[in-house]
Amino acid sequence: MRTRSEPLAIAPTGSVPTALELSGWPARRRKETAIRRAFGAAAAVSIVISAVIVLALIGRAIDFLRHIDPSWLVADGWFPRRDQFSIPTLAAGSLIVAAIAMVIAVPLGLGSALYLSEYARPRVRRMLKPVIELLAGVPSIVVGFFALTVISPGFVQRLFSSATFFSLAAAGIGVGILATPLVATVSEDALRAVPQSLREGAYGLGARTRTTSVRVVVPAATSGIMAATILGFSRAIGETMVVLMVAGGTGGSAFTLDPLGPGQTATGAMAALAIGSDQVKGSGSAFPSLFFVGLLLFVVTLALNTLSERFVRRSRRHG
Amino acid sequence: MGVVATDVTAATVEAGLRGQRRDVGGSLFAAALLAALLCSLGVLVALMWDVLRTGLPVLQARGVGFLTSGPSSVATQAGIGAAILGSFVMVGIVALIAFPIGVGAAVWLEEYAHDSRLTRFIASNVRNLAGVPSIVYGILGLVIFVDFLNRIVDIKDTGSLLSGGLTLAALVLPIVIITTSEALRAVPRSLREAAFGVGATQWEVIRHHVLPAAAPGIVTGAVLSLARAFGETAPLLLVGAVTGFFSTGGAGFVERLLRSPYSALPVQILSWANYYDNAFHALAAAAIVVMMAILLAVNGLAIWLRNRYERTW
Repeated sequence: MRTRSEPLAIAPTGSVPTALELSGWPARRRKETAIRRAFGAAAAVSIVISAVIVLALIGRAIDFLRHIDPSWLVADGWFPRRDQFSIPTLAAGSLIVAAIAMVIAVPLGLGSALYLSEYARPRVRRMLKPVIELLAGVPSIVVGFFALTVISPGFVQRLFSSATFFSLAAAGIGVGILATPLVATVSEDALRAVPQSLREGAYGLGARTRTTSVRVVVPAATSGIMAATILGFSRAIGETMVVLMVAGGTGGSAFTLDPLGPGQTATGAMAALAIGSDQVKGSGSAFPSLFFVGLLLFVVTLALNTLSERFVRRSRRHG
Repeated sequence: MGVVATDVTAATVEAGLRGQRRDVGGSLFAAALLAALLCSLGVLVALMWDVLRTGLPVLQARGVGFLTSGPSSVATQAGIGAAILGSFVMVGIVALIAFPIGVGAAVWLEEYAHDSRLTRFIASNVRNLAGVPSIVYGILGLVIFVDFLNRIVDIKDTGSLLSGGLTLAALVLPIVIITTSEALRAVPRSLREAAFGVGATQWEVIRHHVLPAAAPGIVTGAVLSLARAFGETAPLLLVGAVTGFFSTGGAGFVERLLRSPYSALPVQILSWANYYDNAFHALAAAAIVVMMAILLAVNGLAIWLRNRYERTW
């Protein structure tokens, strides 16, 4: 090791400092290296978490699959305690809830985003933007309670007399409320990223605000809006509490396509298994099925998020 | 005098330029967009009104007793004391674990890492982790922070406050990394270059210039992710938060942290909301009022901090 007793002195006149002299004290460099490694280790933690999630899910899901008969996965319904693990039932439930959620979240979210980015004056925008942020901060359990006390009895059942108290529709509306702020913020970012020159060009041709928004700004932001929609959909698929509270599938569910009746989603099934875990843990395949459903959920949301990231990247390239 | 128009006034010229017809469609469109925004506001107002209507009478009748008493099967004696304590302890664990690791990871990604395949992989991995449904984190918690931890340390085999806190920490870690990265990216290059130019090392640049400049954004993101952890329910169901009645029986702190049954405010709300009993529904509403009051205060503080201290470069 090189030692140096004095700090890098001013080089004697006429001589150029060597690379060795410029590289600083060894102690200082060792400290720098140690700090850099510590930060690198922190960054590696995120990889470790992903790896553990994937390994845990795959390992336990394979365990589950090894102990069941494949026909159980396409049984008549999702009744884990009766060895009926119908994946189509959960898929249909999740898709119905997410579709209803999108019917709520896309118009509300995109409408809010368009208003904030194209119509609102800066002062109004500063006042109204926090509304979206506040809505984003509402925990899903609160929306679940709201769905239980207001959305289901006061809205869904009043609008559709055939609707049961616990229904996929009520869950979908609740999940839609939760997905709205996400759709709004991501699409507002996309709309504001559209270059001002495009708007000026449209106005210069005599277009009005509506024409500019609908024909110029929205088409230019299509990729970002797609990304927002997919992210919202992914959030809706992964939302648990509202579904657990109002979809009515806690005790299991037969295959259903009726949004006005009770049903079960992938997330709801997992939460229901978790709550009842004291009774079933270690006995039978009911509890381990949680890992298999979790793996499916993870794969689907990962695929959706990757797709939306691709759209975001495309919008950056064109914007 | 020929064909020179005689009735050209400033008003007609302006009308010709602006277009004669009122833009009815355009106004309707703008109104519809505003309605979408106000609809979101309306949902928020309806939601708050609903819980206040049901919950306030309970809070008025019970007063501080509701905040301090523990779980009970009798509606008039049940309170959120144990649940709120559990929530605070877990949020504390989240703050201790997720912040140092999250800020460290963001600093590495933004300040140290070169644009390589590995860097891009880590960054996209973090974004994907942020999109993983919260209940999947519950599985991570169950496998690692309950089953695996149970083999090393003697913790309760269905989960403990410690496993709950660690699970929530893993859940908010990607959010901390993303918000911190954004705050760091907003610090202009020139600030770093000036510091490097006078001979500062990488760490000195980060410690004395980048982190202080990015602090408002980092703190705001940190506070918002704590609020997220505070309101999260689903993963806790998997790592053993109790939805029914339980007693910690005056155990010591370590005992409580590792081996006692525990609950959290949102889990307590879930268990009350699931009863077919209006008295318990009112308790759930009252607990929601308390939770929303805490969350609004904390989120408001974060947004105020950001607006007060954030600099635009």
